[in-house]
Amino acid sequence: MKEKGKQIKKQNWNDLAIFFILLVLIIILAIIRPVFLTPNNILNIMRQVSVVAIIGIGMSYVLISAEIDLSVGSLAALAGIAATMALKSGMGMGISMTIAVVITVFCGLLNGAIHTFVKIPSFIVTMGMLNIARGIVLVMTNSYPVTGLPDSFKMLGRGYIGFVPIPVVVMIVCYVIGYFVLKYTKFGRSIYAIGGNIEAAKLSGIPVSRNKVLIHTISGLTAGIAGVVLASRLFSGQPSAGNGLELDAIAACVIGGTSTAGGVGRLWGTLLGALIMGIITNGMNLMNISTNWQLIIQGIIIIVAVGLDRIKSSN
Amino acid sequence: MEKKWILEFQNISKSFVGVKALTKVSFRVEEGEVHALLGENGAGKSTLMKILSGAYTRDEGTILLDGKEIQIKNTKESERLGISIIYQELNLIPELSVAENIYLDRQPKKKGRIDWKGMNEAAQKMLESIDMMMDPKVKVSSLSVAQRQMVEIAKAVSLNARLVIMDEPTSALTEGETKKLFQVIESLKKKGITIIYISHRMDEIFKICDSYTILRDGQFISSGSLHDVTIDQIIEDMVGRPLMQVFPEKNNKIGEVILEVRDMNNGKEVKGVSFTLRKGEILGFAGLVGAGRSETLKAVFGADRRAKGEIILNGKKINIRSPKDAIRYGIGFLPEDRKKEGLVVGLSVLDNVVMAKTENAMTKGIFSAKKAKEICTRYIKDLLIKTPSEYQAAKFLSGGNQQKVVLAKWLNSEPQIIVLDEPTRGIDVNAKMEIYNIIVKLAEEGKSIILISSEMQEIIGLCDHVNVMFEGRISGELNREELSQEGIMKFATGGSLE
Repeated sequence: MKEKGKQIKKQNWNDLAIFFILLVLIIILAIIRPVFLTPNNILNIMRQVSVVAIIGIGMSYVLISAEIDLSVGSLAALAGIAATMALKSGMGMGISMTIAVVITVFCGLLNGAIHTFVKIPSFIVTMGMLNIARGIVLVMTNSYPVTGLPDSFKMLGRGYIGFVPIPVVVMIVCYVIGYFVLKYTKFGRSIYAIGGNIEAAKLSGIPVSRNKVLIHTISGLTAGIAGVVLASRLFSGQPSAGNGLELDAIAACVIGGTSTAGGVGRLWGTLLGALIMGIITNGMNLMNISTNWQLIIQGIIIIVAVGLDRIKSSN
Repeated sequence: MEKKWILEFQNISKSFVGVKALTKVSFRVEEGEVHALLGENGAGKSTLMKILSGAYTRDEGTILLDGKEIQIKNTKESERLGISIIYQELNLIPELSVAENIYLDRQPKKKGRIDWKGMNEAAQKMLESIDMMMDPKVKVSSLSVAQRQMVEIAKAVSLNARLVIMDEPTSALTEGETKKLFQVIESLKKKGITIIYISHRMDEIFKICDSYTILRDGQFISSGSLHDVTIDQIIEDMVGRPLMQVFPEKNNKIGEVILEVRDMNNGKEVKGVSFTLRKGEILGFAGLVGAGRSETLKAVFGADRRAKGEIILNGKKINIRSPKDAIRYGIGFLPEDRKKEGLVVGLSVLDNVVMAKTENAMTKGIFSAKKAKEICTRYIKDLLIKTPSEYQAAKFLSGGNQQKVVLAKWLNSEPQIIVLDEPTRGIDVNAKMEIYNIIVKLAEEGKSIILISSEMQEIIGLCDHVNVMFEGRISGELNREELSQEGIMKFATGGSLE
């Protein structure tokens, strides 16, 4: 009994480990570069991570269900292009954004449906979708950015509500909803069961196929929202936008404690994971480390963070 | 003639996180004999054998081989000492050939390259030496379980094993294959190879083994020659009490027919099964492994898309197309493989308990952690689940407690009918008895139980009526008064009572 009690405590500690890492990072950076702790810089970091963090919601759902979605970066670009092209053709702000998100939701649905009903691994299906969506973007734009947009489009990506950047507000709203769905709905609870043991989930009467399609659809949705935010921030539809975002999102998830093997993960972990990555990037910028080196350091951090987690959990 | 002891365990102990798996176990094995290692699931047999193979390290005690103390740190080491284990889950690589598997990681070489011809010839010889006719070039994936076992044995022989441990080797074999295995065991004996034979099947043990050792709850109980002992004595030593007391007294009232299944088919393992189940009845499904029992009930439960057949519940014909439908109609299904199909081991006890009917833990469509905890706490109390808290991950629980969690999940789905597929597999005697008590209590409450079990004692001790299956069909039915091991066995092997 006593031993088991210890295990529980250890798990709690594991939960806290990521806070600890975050705290240490903040302290170190604050000491080296005092400018780091200014409110402006912190809000700036949060705005920078918002796109990855929003995509991370859908990605967390997908990873917890023991699947993967590689198409989110391309889908974000697709959403950005769709929204900006719709705007340029004279459609209203709301309708343009809605069109963009509907398109990526449909792509996510397609991902899920093909994976579930044709029984192709999600890795393959979404890798195909990654290319298809990117290809569509390039064809539609002929590889040229979509510019000359109405000024009001800037709001979403660059505006503020009070002193909080709007992308951060969008991110927080998405997280609140995402957290609620994951924790307090039947569907949300089923995601862990599906990822933890799909056979047991099926035999427990969980509609596994339907839910898997829904999970991929949600990933399409968050990719779409993030894509529109990104386009607004860039104030243009960039055909190359979102390149590699899928990997950043996966990194945020795994640093936050989500297992790529499925069944394990927390949404706030993903948010903290995204923040940690953002802080490191910001810190390296403040220290004038070149972007080339930043890539290398980021790669190492992902491996070390997940490696530490594995070592801890295997003990 | 003086006996020569090839292997001697002295005071072996081993603990896992909080659980004492072995406590000061000592016994000896004579050279050249077939020694039965007996005990209920969880008695410590597998742990002891894993220590011998180097998969686990012992906490204390000594192991003597040929009278000399040995240290086994890993499997390579035990191989070198001439110890080989044929595991229940076979350890072959399916996509490699028989010869490659036999010589895995030690392929004969010629000029630095693998000598395929030489390897195939050597493998052929090994197989012939145990009277197996098999092409060493075929892939292991195309072989039957019995043939794979033979490959494992050939591998052991090729490693110059002097001591071969067989862990439930016949659990997945047909009668013919079992006979063949016994011939191979005889030929190993002739070569002077000692065999430790782990099995639950008494008839086999008396047929093939010379002596025995019984473990219970991680402790040594008894040891001796099989010539001086009766089956009843052995079983008593294994369970630790006279047989009668294991099964509770039943006072269930059997009512009218609640479920009728007609001509259930799945185009494969299930070939036209019809049966009826009454209210408050414990209906047994007996038969050999592979007779189609689980498949039949899975078909009824909607877990098999190919299934065709009529299901009549309370006089009304119903259509069950998925487990979800079945649960809605008040049917629960505790699957055979707890870890693969029953539990999500990474999730908490609480999450598992509410899984099949999460609605019970919700208020107005929103999951309520408080409600879920109430439900979970109730089952922990009712079913005597030993867990430090509702939030403990299921993987940290013992087998018996895990099974109770699965049972709680199904009770929470509020079923009228519960199918229990091998509910006591792999759990210790006490947990077994607790589960028997739960089963009987449920029947007394008026729930109908379908019990699939390969343990004859269980079927005889609990059931009101038994359907015996053979090759996808019900080959015979027995009432409570007619229940006997012989009767069930006859039907289970395709014979008839006459």
